[in-house]
Amino acid sequence: MIIEPSYILQLTVSGFLMGGVYSLIALGLSLIFGVMKVINFAHGAMLVWGMYISLTIMRLTGIDPFFSFVASAAGLFIIGYFIQRIVVNRIMTFHESMQVIAMVGVMMILENMAQIIWGPDPHSPHTKYSLSTVWLGGVMIDVPRLLAFWIAILIATLVFLFLKYTDLGKSIRASADNRTGALLVGTDVNKVYSACFGIGAACVGVAGALLVPLIPTSPHVGFPFKLTSFCIVILGGMGSLPGAMIGGLMIGVAESLGTIFIPSSLKQVISFSIMVLILLLRPRGLFGGKGS
Amino acid sequence: MRKLYCLIAFILIVLLILPTIFSDYILGIFVMIFFYAYLGQCWNILTGYAGPISLGHSLYVGIGAYISTKLAMDFGIPPWIGMWIGGTGAALVGMSIGFLGFRFGLRGIYFVLLTIAFAEIGRLIALHLKPLGHMMGLFIDFKPGWTNFHFRGNLPYYYIGLGYVVFSLIVVRALEVSKWGRYFVALREDEDAAESLGINVFKYKMIAIGISSFMTALGGTFYANYIFYLHPTSVMSMWVSIEIIMRPIIGGIGTLFGPLIGSLLLTPLSEIARSYFTKAGLEGIHIVIYGLLLVVAVLFFPGGIFAFLKKILKPLMGDSKEI
Repeated sequence: MIIEPSYILQLTVSGFLMGGVYSLIALGLSLIFGVMKVINFAHGAMLVWGMYISLTIMRLTGIDPFFSFVASAAGLFIIGYFIQRIVVNRIMTFHESMQVIAMVGVMMILENMAQIIWGPDPHSPHTKYSLSTVWLGGVMIDVPRLLAFWIAILIATLVFLFLKYTDLGKSIRASADNRTGALLVGTDVNKVYSACFGIGAACVGVAGALLVPLIPTSPHVGFPFKLTSFCIVILGGMGSLPGAMIGGLMIGVAESLGTIFIPSSLKQVISFSIMVLILLLRPRGLFGGKGS
Repeated sequence: MRKLYCLIAFILIVLLILPTIFSDYILGIFVMIFFYAYLGQCWNILTGYAGPISLGHSLYVGIGAYISTKLAMDFGIPPWIGMWIGGTGAALVGMSIGFLGFRFGLRGIYFVLLTIAFAEIGRLIALHLKPLGHMMGLFIDFKPGWTNFHFRGNLPYYYIGLGYVVFSLIVVRALEVSKWGRYFVALREDEDAAESLGINVFKYKMIAIGISSFMTALGGTFYANYIFYLHPTSVMSMWVSIEIIMRPIIGGIGTLFGPLIGSLLLTPLSEIARSYFTKAGLEGIHIVIYGLLLVVAVLFFPGGIFAFLKKILKPLMGDSKEI
């Protein structure tokens, strides 16, 4: 089998661009895990809500998903805030298997609410640039993918800046580092937790809006993305935000390049294999600080 | 304790007589109750008693279902024999996953993700294997008869399912009072303390995952010969694992009767909700209600329903702490 170098370059670029969206999804998951120590099994369902919010806005007003992602972010922030207040806050000290069940319950509610509201059929809206491409030195790049990538990177940067420079952001980082310590110095932990879950959900909401032009929107489309983001978070290190970003790009490229050798419906096997290897050899992930 | 055994014997006799008054539809619900109670009990051995949390038990259901079915279809080996081969296969896979996980010291959520990863890899590979029907799934020819494990109506499945549940209860009860079971609980409560007392943590975790995956695969054979259709999405997806772990968690994790009580509550509820709301044209609402129940159950009964029943059953058990 002879593989053209340009084909490999093409796959690398398109995987890398998709990886930007993966990164944003994983960033939300990692942020939530880093502070609450709860794995958000509802992450895929939240992604679906992000997609539907921006799709509905597009249907009603014609505003493009690449602008309406702000509304998705706001909507998901509210959903995340209330999930934290009502459910997650009460289960943080429970046995891990109980946490899984509660979050799976939240996932079932969100996912099937989406199905009741918007129906089970997939939607792929047409935008002016849906099929437009640009050529860059022999590599063809889809415009929606490129835009999605840059917006994802922009939002991720904003989240980093928020965590680094604002008071609330600093409190979130402090609670992630040392929950008891943050409590001792008088942090309003409930507020920090709710804000943190909200921001994590908003990240995945933006990612959902960015995916609308790329893949068909349907109520159950979030599941594989959730599993992929688990792999990314393990690869980058649980709770490590730079790890989630770099891990997302790596998984995006790896899945894309894997399609040279295996059918694309099997591409998730690659991310799962990477996850197994990382779990066994370096469970704290590539960028995780402390051993766990 | 003796009073409790009398109660159990009484319930068992009632369950043996019940089919004479119930319709085939209700028997079908009971078959699913027994099926999930059995699988929940298998999962309970590993997670409820020994501690490592698995969210990949669908893999063993799939292995058991596919091995026994392929042996029956291609080589004419009855599922009654094939199920033990499937069980052995699943135990080997389970112990390999266990070996990796326990040898490398994965605990808590990290072990959960390892089991999810292997179950998903297994599902995706099964989806692409030609002998397993590729994307179409595997249809099993209906050949009624005891040797083929195929029957008309739900009545035989009811008794076989009941047999499965009784078998699992006996195994778990035998474990509870044995040295192995005590070691399992010691691991679950505090692994480091158990190790410092000289318990071979690795060995007993391997035993737990071996028994658990072996028995789960036997349940897979039952499923294959009850539904007559196998598709990796219906037998090996993460949903199956979630369905398996729900019942013991709601009923009471690490208790003898938790999985059965959880299944008695949840399975009819999901069946009724499904048939009622699908008729009303509100597909999806039953899962929303189901999800709400799960959240409510976790928030308000974090110890499981069994913890409450224990108080009611106390006069029957005396002061015994055996259960």
